[in-house]
Amino acid sequence: MADEDKDFLFSDICVEENLVYRKPGTLTETELHYCPGCGHGVAHKLLMEVVDEMGIQNETIGVAPVGCSVFAYHYLNVDMQEAAHGRACAVATGVKRVQPDKYVFTYQGDGDLAAIGTAETIHAANRGENFLIVFINNGVYGMTSGQMAPTTLPGMITTTSPFGSDTKTQGHPLKISNLVASLPGVAYVTRQSVHKPANVRKAKKAFQKAFEYQKKGLGTCLVEIVSSCPSNWKLTPLESNKFLEDKMIPYYPLGDLKVPEGK
Amino acid sequence: MGKKKLMKGNEALAEAMIRAGCDAYFGYPITPQSEVIEYLSREATNRTGMVVLQAESEVAAINMIYGSAACGRRVMTTSSSPGISLMQEGLSYIAAAELPCLVANINRGGPGLGTIQPSQGDYFQATKGGGHGDYHLIVLAPSSVQEMVDYTLLGFELSEKYRCPTMLLADGAIGQMMEKVELYDQMPRKTEFPDWATTGKPKNSDRRIITSLFIQPEKMEQINLGLQRKYREIEKNEVRFQTINTDDAEYIFTGFGLGARICTKAMESGRAKGYKIGVIRPQTLYPFPVDIYSELSKKVKGILDVEMNAGQMVDDVRLAVKGNTRVEFYGRMGGIIPTPDEILENFEKIFLK
Amino acid sequence: MTQEAIFSGFGGQGVLTMGMLLGYAGIIEDKEVTWMPSYGPEMRGGTANCITIISDTYISSPIISTFDTVMALNQPSVDKFEEKVKKGGNIIYDSTNILTVPTRKDINIYAVPGSETAVRLKNSKVLNMIMLGSFLKVNPIVKIETIWKALEQVLPERYHNLIPLNQEAFNTGMELIAK
Repeated sequence: MADEDKDFLFSDICVEENLVYRKPGTLTETELHYCPGCGHGVAHKLLMEVVDEMGIQNETIGVAPVGCSVFAYHYLNVDMQEAAHGRACAVATGVKRVQPDKYVFTYQGDGDLAAIGTAETIHAANRGENFLIVFINNGVYGMTSGQMAPTTLPGMITTTSPFGSDTKTQGHPLKISNLVASLPGVAYVTRQSVHKPANVRKAKKAFQKAFEYQKKGLGTCLVEIVSSCPSNWKLTPLESNKFLEDKMIPYYPLGDLKVPEGK
Repeated sequence: MGKKKLMKGNEALAEAMIRAGCDAYFGYPITPQSEVIEYLSREATNRTGMVVLQAESEVAAINMIYGSAACGRRVMTTSSSPGISLMQEGLSYIAAAELPCLVANINRGGPGLGTIQPSQGDYFQATKGGGHGDYHLIVLAPSSVQEMVDYTLLGFELSEKYRCPTMLLADGAIGQMMEKVELYDQMPRKTEFPDWATTGKPKNSDRRIITSLFIQPEKMEQINLGLQRKYREIEKNEVRFQTINTDDAEYIFTGFGLGARICTKAMESGRAKGYKIGVIRPQTLYPFPVDIYSELSKKVKGILDVEMNAGQMVDDVRLAVKGNTRVEFYGRMGGIIPTPDEILENFEKIFLK
Repeated sequence: MTQEAIFSGFGGQGVLTMGMLLGYAGIIEDKEVTWMPSYGPEMRGGTANCITIISDTYISSPIISTFDTVMALNQPSVDKFEEKVKKGGNIIYDSTNILTVPTRKDINIYAVPGSETAVRLKNSKVLNMIMLGSFLKVNPIVKIETIWKALEQVLPERYHNLIPLNQEAFNTGMELIAK
């Protein structure tokens, strides 16, 4: 397409009266680096829409992990810290303890949160640290290109379980959200997905609740997003959605695992 | 200044931390420095509102330090050798993200679980980086309970001036012993924070990002060059040392921390026997006081370096002396403290026989 | 004047407190003080000791090779530290507890039946105060009144009722040297 044609199209269509959606100011203009069909982009957007709608952009500090979302701070337009692998909940503890009036969240994948960072996650939750943990669970190590995760399903083929993950030698998929939900300091744990519009709306609702509970000082909130990884699952985005529904969600059922008393 | 008190090294350190207006302490108990977190748990929060939190591990503690330091707060942790090893990952990230913080290592004997008795075996780890990558901590070596107090404030100030993590490298004996100290008055905690601190994105300017990740090698090299420029600046401005009786000295005893004080006693006994001995005591181990060794090496017949390890600082002494004079080493390991007589005997054996 | 001393005995006999009390008294009289304890599991039943140095001038090292005075409350302490007494220095030992006594001819040896006296005073916990009395009689490095002031500082208020008992023990210890 010639440049003048493009200009013509933009000027013709992108006018104020046609506007149906605007990217919130809480997301930067940087293009996402995530693969097609990945859930990170939607999760980023939902989280930041909530920050935008609550008007807390200037009071929010996020902690990025090591994993596919290591560059989350390129996209999330709030003050951000990049943590060492697995340490996000310890870093967030440091942030929240010295700034208890600010909103703090971590954004972590399954390797970061449920393998190398298990101790930090469990102990922060057990202290009831008053921040939000966003947990993206796609059952595989994305950034390092497809190794087995602590959440990998039995029989699932990854680069380090090339014959299918064997629970006898490689362990069982860890339902860390259930572990976290069992701790008394925790206010809210929910498992959601972003693979269908209805689920997207529910996931956004979950983020809203989590920030509201943080505002009230109720304790740790964890929102798990069961997500897909077409690149490392070696499936198309559509096939991935089917795998998510047929395999992932039956093992990681969606819904609230813990809600604050009286809610 | 308050009146003089008799205080244990670890407790004086904790008191100095509170008085320096420290905002937060995150730590994990380990002998021989658990008195620090015990003292803070009793004293700190009621007096200044300072955060004191017992973390689940040293790994978590140093990352809590990262998080709170990145909010522009004055923060500190303390540990002893095995715990300091666990903190190396975090210290590398803190150095790379250029966050100020103070860490005290009340060194005990290693390697491994080792012993809880005093040692200086962590000199290399403290002064040469410790974790991965090209970085340094500023390293101060207190030799008395008074210096535990004074260097706490100095350590905070240097770390904030250069945005460089700073370490007090003491040993179990200094932590456990009691001496007379004079404490400074209570300083107010900070109410304003640096521009780079993640305190919430300002309304009219960009968000702040604290990170150590720079995937492009060209960018990462620039980050490294920036760090190296900072280290050269620190080497130029912040060298601290003490000399005793070096004017007429034919021999030099040298050591750091407690080792330097034992050397001083050995020097006194040696002087009484007619040996012209002087002492050099580095107060900063990084930056190392290269010039004073280089200068005195042209005048003396030999240097005896004494440490509570297998010979670590002696490498830096030899580099500074550049072969101008003979440098010999005497040390004890495993938690044994050499006595002044032992040092003098070995001096006589090595240099006079 | 400088006094370089070591207090040594079983953990629980109060040797660390003995040196510490002397240290507090030194501070009250504005002297230089270092108190260097052995630390660790030995505090719970093994042999513990503390080097205590009180001086009118700067103390270069808290670690020393030889002592003006060795205070020994058990046999291992006599065995280990008798040879570390400076020529012309002192060893004071609890003669109730120690069978193999010091024998050096070039030092002053004081046998103090500390444990026996403590039993007579109906409180075995005052052994260290008895021995400290003996120590101060041999080495009047601080004033006796200063020890009482130090005791008031170190003891929590709720234990101040025990001060007269400690004073009695201390005075008895001084008398044991006078004999």
